[in-house]
Amino acid sequence: MTRADIYTRLADQFGDSIVEFNDESLQRYIRIEPSGWYAVATFLKEAPDLAFDSLMCIAGVDRGPKEDQMEVVYALFSMTHRHKITIKISGPRADFHVPSVESVWRLADWHERETYDMFGIVFDGHRRLKRLLLPEDWEGFPLRKDYQVQDYYHGIRVPKIKPKKLTP
Amino acid sequence: MRDLRTEEMTLNMGPQHPSTHGVLRLKLRTDGEVVTSVEPVLGYLHRCFEKHAENLEYPGVIPFVDRCDYLASMNNDHGYALAVEQFLDIEVPERVEYIRVIFAELQRIASHLVAFGTFGLDVGAFTPFLYAFREREMILDLFEMTCGARLLYNYIWVGGLSHDIPPGFVEKTYRFLEHFEPKIKEYNDLLTNNKIFIERTADVGMLPRDVAISYGVTGPQLRASGVDWDLRRDEPYSIYDRFDWKVAVGVDAYGELGDCWNRYYVKILEMQESAKIVRQALDNLPVEGDVHAAIPKKIRPPEGANYFRSENPRGELGFYIVSDGGTTPFRVKMRSPALSNLGVIDEIASDWLVADVVAILGSLDIVLGEIDR
Amino acid sequence: MQGLIQFFQHIGLASQFWATVLSTIIYAAAVFGFLAVFALVAVYLERKVSGHMQDRLGPMRVGWHGFLQTVADTLKLLAKEDIIPRNADRVLFILAPVVLFVGTYLVFAALPFGPGIIGADLNIGLFYIIAVSSLVVIGIIMAGYSSNNKWSLYGGMRSAAQIVSYEIPVGLSLLIGVMMTETLNLGVMVQAQETGIAGLGGILGWNFIQNPFAFIAFFVYVVAGTAEANRTPFDLPEAESELVAGAFTEYSGMRWAFFFLAEYANMWIVAVLGAVVFLGGWNSPIPGDIYVPGIVWLFVKAFAIVFVQIWARWTFPRIRVDQLMTTCWKYLTPIAFFNLIGVGFWLMMSPF
Repeated sequence: MTRADIYTRLADQFGDSIVEFNDESLQRYIRIEPSGWYAVATFLKEAPDLAFDSLMCIAGVDRGPKEDQMEVVYALFSMTHRHKITIKISGPRADFHVPSVESVWRLADWHERETYDMFGIVFDGHRRLKRLLLPEDWEGFPLRKDYQVQDYYHGIRVPKIKPKKLTP
Repeated sequence: MRDLRTEEMTLNMGPQHPSTHGVLRLKLRTDGEVVTSVEPVLGYLHRCFEKHAENLEYPGVIPFVDRCDYLASMNNDHGYALAVEQFLDIEVPERVEYIRVIFAELQRIASHLVAFGTFGLDVGAFTPFLYAFREREMILDLFEMTCGARLLYNYIWVGGLSHDIPPGFVEKTYRFLEHFEPKIKEYNDLLTNNKIFIERTADVGMLPRDVAISYGVTGPQLRASGVDWDLRRDEPYSIYDRFDWKVAVGVDAYGELGDCWNRYYVKILEMQESAKIVRQALDNLPVEGDVHAAIPKKIRPPEGANYFRSENPRGELGFYIVSDGGTTPFRVKMRSPALSNLGVIDEIASDWLVADVVAILGSLDIVLGEIDR
Repeated sequence: MQGLIQFFQHIGLASQFWATVLSTIIYAAAVFGFLAVFALVAVYLERKVSGHMQDRLGPMRVGWHGFLQTVADTLKLLAKEDIIPRNADRVLFILAPVVLFVGTYLVFAALPFGPGIIGADLNIGLFYIIAVSSLVVIGIIMAGYSSNNKWSLYGGMRSAAQIVSYEIPVGLSLLIGVMMTETLNLGVMVQAQETGIAGLGGILGWNFIQNPFAFIAFFVYVVAGTAEANRTPFDLPEAESELVAGAFTEYSGMRWAFFFLAEYANMWIVAVLGAVVFLGGWNSPIPGDIYVPGIVWLFVKAFAIVFVQIWARWTFPRIRVDQLMTTCWKYLTPIAFFNLIGVGFWLMMSPF
């Protein structure tokens, strides 16, 4: 099925959850409301003609303080039908909550933990949402654009490194 | 005998342990020798690769990508370079494509040799490790004569390669292939068909195929569970569709599909297939072509986002690159195969003995550099 | 040792008591010296043999082709800091290597080195050896328990189960030798293997080819003996890749050297017993050979078995603990019993 077909199929069931469908090259995604995500996810996995049984990747993207947007991007793939789709869920940078899909695709278990760890996006319904890569008592969410490291961690001084933007 | 408690024991296979393949901490809860749950604790090798990538130009990310999966650097470079090239839509010369495939497959053989050697070491067989490293030395010599490095190459650049192959490389590679192909039989005699090894690994740590797909397990680990899926054949990138080779899937020889023995055996079969690919690529290598011809002076991709995946020795290596039109990426997300492979360990290692946890961990073939990035 | 006592009396030391004491001390010191030298040689042999099997050279720098390597290692171990973990049970921790080594050392009182070269020529020699060699279990359990380390505890428990279980096939296989030669005295056992099938002697007199059951029993003995000595494929107590060093993880320096010494001493005991009971002891394979002394033949046979143990270690993976127990109780022990009964019938009914 092409992306447009998948979009039509989704729109029939969940019209009010879908915000946007962008089918241009390098941009192809379907943007969905956070509240309807769990139902859409279950539908995407279980509908026999869609059958998205493989979640390839979950990525968090911080659009920056100016736009005040953060996104979670889900890249889905179907092993049976060999079609792909990308789902984006956007929300405000402060206190962004997304329903967790770890019970639908088990890959989401650790990928959601990592996204929480790096961005501070809270996944509601996750059984064990705690940090994955950083120590549990670390402060701050590193991959945010306005992240500043803490001064001390357990008495060890954390060095501040200024990112050097390479001039064009 | 005040209060003799006989409940579960929490055992820590700490970050420093001879067989956790890096700095991985596993919290085991055991009831006697039987393990009831395994909880990996990660992050000991976290080096903030994704944050660094936002401050580097696109070509500058390649050495960092090398260091993620340090046993398969060429494949990492290849995956990232192809991901960026998809953004830019550039056409690389034929010669570059062939050389890239040769190096990627040689690196796959080298990585599987390490996996095979260390797996033998985990179950107690000391000698195959030395044999595997003897062959790997020859491959590393080939890499060193080309780009000067033995482990972290920074070789496959966006649009081309850093160096052309030196004279004498093709002959030396042919000699390596002639030396290597009979060695597979030696490995099979020593380890694959060894009764004790089979007792240790056959029917241990069963991974059913739907569990594997749901957890996102990819690569040889997925193929050992019977799923016939290989990105090089099913979503061909580069010039893999020009070669004649078979995808190695688990066999029903000594145990069932999805056990440790199959995860190990698929790697042995894959090494054979990779050797075939290298031979075919060498036979058809175009003699003319400049490896630096297509390297763009400034990489400034259009705005957008793209997810590109390639087949690493460990599985599906994905790069989700978001570009804002500048010379540095806005966001680089590396979907590491070993992270997803490791995620399944609680499911498959419960209810086995402590010695089996070691064998299962070895069969999943993880590299901490890639998991923690 | 009788010879030593007679020697002392000959040179004028009239008192039997003092002659015995003096010769005991000299013999014990000589055995300890032999053990130390044997450990040196065996470790070097192991490193060289394993090196060559793994397509590399092994130690090459210290001395000619590295033969002083173990001497250097011993000096290093002597100079190491002796660390006792804070929460470890100090008394047991210190006693464990002692108990282990004593258990092994006591066996050497009755182990022959050649014709007449034996500490105590007991007429129940084999029985004493098998009994005393079980003391090592206590040493290993003490080491595992007192280290205050869960991994060591695992190693200690596994090892105790292993050694106790494999005593049975070892004992049963050695019993076959006893049945065939009708004596527990090791010296007499070797003498009885001088003539054999059709009175030809030489290699045909050796126990292991006298009847097919003894042949199988020899192999059962070598396998079970390797398990007794905690060598791969049965080296769970010190399974390197799982338990770091198993029961001996917390030991360093000279204490650890004792464990190491005891392991090689155990290997030697297994090899010499196998040579004496099954391979004809100090008899030469060529009948009527008087040129090569008996001690040389015994050492050659014992070193051959030691070599096989080293070879097996570097070839096979490790067996898991439950598979180990299965091998012992479901396979080796029934085969050993079957051999025993078979030998009994053979001896009663065969014309040889």
